[in-house]
Amino acid sequence: MRKGLFVLIAGIIISAWSCQGKKEETAQKEAPVVKEEPKPAAPTAEDVIAAGEKVYNTYCMVCHQKDGNGVAGMNPPLTQTKYVLGDKTELITIVLGGLSGDIEVKGEMYSNVMPPHNFLNDKQVSDVLTFVRSSFGNDADAVSKEEVATVRAALEAK
Amino acid sequence: MERSFKNHLKSSFAVSIAITIFAISLFSCDSSSSKQENVNVKADHAFPAADADNGGLTLPENFGAIAVTDSIGRARHIAINNQGDIFVKMRTLADEKGVLYLKDSSGNGKLDLISGFGDFGGTGIAIYKDFLYCSSDSAVYRYKMENGIVKPNTLPDTIVTGFIVQRTHASKPIAFDGNGNMYVTIGAPSNACQESPRTPGSKGHDPCSQLDFQAGIWQFKAEKFNQTLKDDGHRYATGIRNAVAIDWNFKDNALYALQHGRDQLSHLFPEYYTQEQSAELPAEEFLKIADGDDFGWPYCYYDQFQEKKILAPEYGGDGQKIERCEGITPPILAFPGHWAPNDLLFYTGDQFPEKYKNGAFIAFHGSWNRAPFPQQGYFVAFVPFKDGKPEKEWERFAEGFTQVDSVMSTNDAKFRPVGLAEGPDGSLFISDSAKGKIWRVIYYGNKLALKD
Repeated sequence: MRKGLFVLIAGIIISAWSCQGKKEETAQKEAPVVKEEPKPAAPTAEDVIAAGEKVYNTYCMVCHQKDGNGVAGMNPPLTQTKYVLGDKTELITIVLGGLSGDIEVKGEMYSNVMPPHNFLNDKQVSDVLTFVRSSFGNDADAVSKEEVATVRAALEAK
Repeated sequence: MERSFKNHLKSSFAVSIAITIFAISLFSCDSSSSKQENVNVKADHAFPAADADNGGLTLPENFGAIAVTDSIGRARHIAINNQGDIFVKMRTLADEKGVLYLKDSSGNGKLDLISGFGDFGGTGIAIYKDFLYCSSDSAVYRYKMENGIVKPNTLPDTIVTGFIVQRTHASKPIAFDGNGNMYVTIGAPSNACQESPRTPGSKGHDPCSQLDFQAGIWQFKAEKFNQTLKDDGHRYATGIRNAVAIDWNFKDNALYALQHGRDQLSHLFPEYYTQEQSAELPAEEFLKIADGDDFGWPYCYYDQFQEKKILAPEYGGDGQKIERCEGITPPILAFPGHWAPNDLLFYTGDQFPEKYKNGAFIAFHGSWNRAPFPQQGYFVAFVPFKDGKPEKEWERFAEGFTQVDSVMSTNDAKFRPVGLAEGPDGSLFISDSAKGKIWRVIYYGNKLALKD
């Protein structure tokens, strides 16, 4: 009887332990979703723009400048150009993968290297691109972090 | 504005005095007097009046400026023949032409665009003997001149080819000594020779193979055709990231240049540098160059506050360590970071007051790399030289190029000084890269009256 109880208790402990392990594994995989659950409401457009501007000021402004107009001959402008306003996949690819080689924007050539910014997470990339696409006189729709995730997965699969 | 208006009043007054003096000197001019000694008292030539607003510039007392042309395109360096005509090297072609020729054909002090030639953009241009030398980003050519001009359909001779094609720091500025040599800057094709260019935390290649044929100044024979970098070039100086401003100083027979220091210390290594430090560091270095010198790029940079060459963070530096940078040749003068010195001119004329003679004018193109702080350095500086050495008390000679109080983004600056040249009469010409405006700066003081 005692032996049986011990086995039972041991069994419960083991199963509880292994269950916890599984839970942790699941939690890790879905970490971003779990983290966001407690949030009371989805971020507003203003929140996204503000977060994007912060990313812009930290990682982009030094080259593309405060006004988004870049530097003649070196760093291309982000204003009124198809690179920014056009195909989002292409735009996300530039941010994640970088860009080198002469690039022509509105008839001008630009020469500086843009390093890959794949160290930014999906939300940072979507925030900053949403900010850029709606600032400096630009008026294009938002970029979602799902769109960034899709492009990132495709780039990593290459 | 108020300041330039005052300057204008002063200059108008000064102009009348100057004209009077020239009129007097016309009559008193003795036919045996040497023209060479006093180029500015040419009997047939009084200086034209300065523009009411000095072309938008703010200048020292008794100086005035004329905007001789205002929008020829993306100008870079300029050269002037012995009649005062200007050749402008264009970064990108203007109406399919890479060199523009301007002349004051009506005698009103303004230049007229006469012609253009050359199918390549670039930066370097200089007159040597009876030839106009011009560089693209990959070669140096020269055009035969007759009576100071390049005749229509003149084909260029090729002097040097074989420069490695590079996008970053691609300009090939040129200078000549008195011994038949030509010097060409070859910039580094990167910011700091990082394994992953401009990527935070990325280490530097060690050794940096970019130094083999780039990031230095190469010497060639000035008049030998079809030289190549690899077969004929002599690496005169190395470890120079990019020196767009170079000039030979005939007073002490030496090459001088200004290096553009590296970018983005805090962006790439935030653990060692604040944004404030990164806005000021490293120094833009004024270099006196002897054959064989090494100025340390990419391993070292100059910190003007510590007054030392410091180990770059890509090579294990932390803003303090020196290590392999011990003994690396320091600059003769250091300017704050990122101002982008784009031309250097040792003034040899007599038109300006005595203190300017043999001193250095430097055209700072202005920064783009000081964000989040305002951009700086859109002006022409003057560095007096005494006994062959620069004086630390340099002056802001010409300002007002930006036309705004504060430049937050580079494009806020309306004009950006990029090229300098001395006219045969000793006036100073300044070119702008944004619109292609060119100013002629003249001294309207009464130096001659005082002397006499």
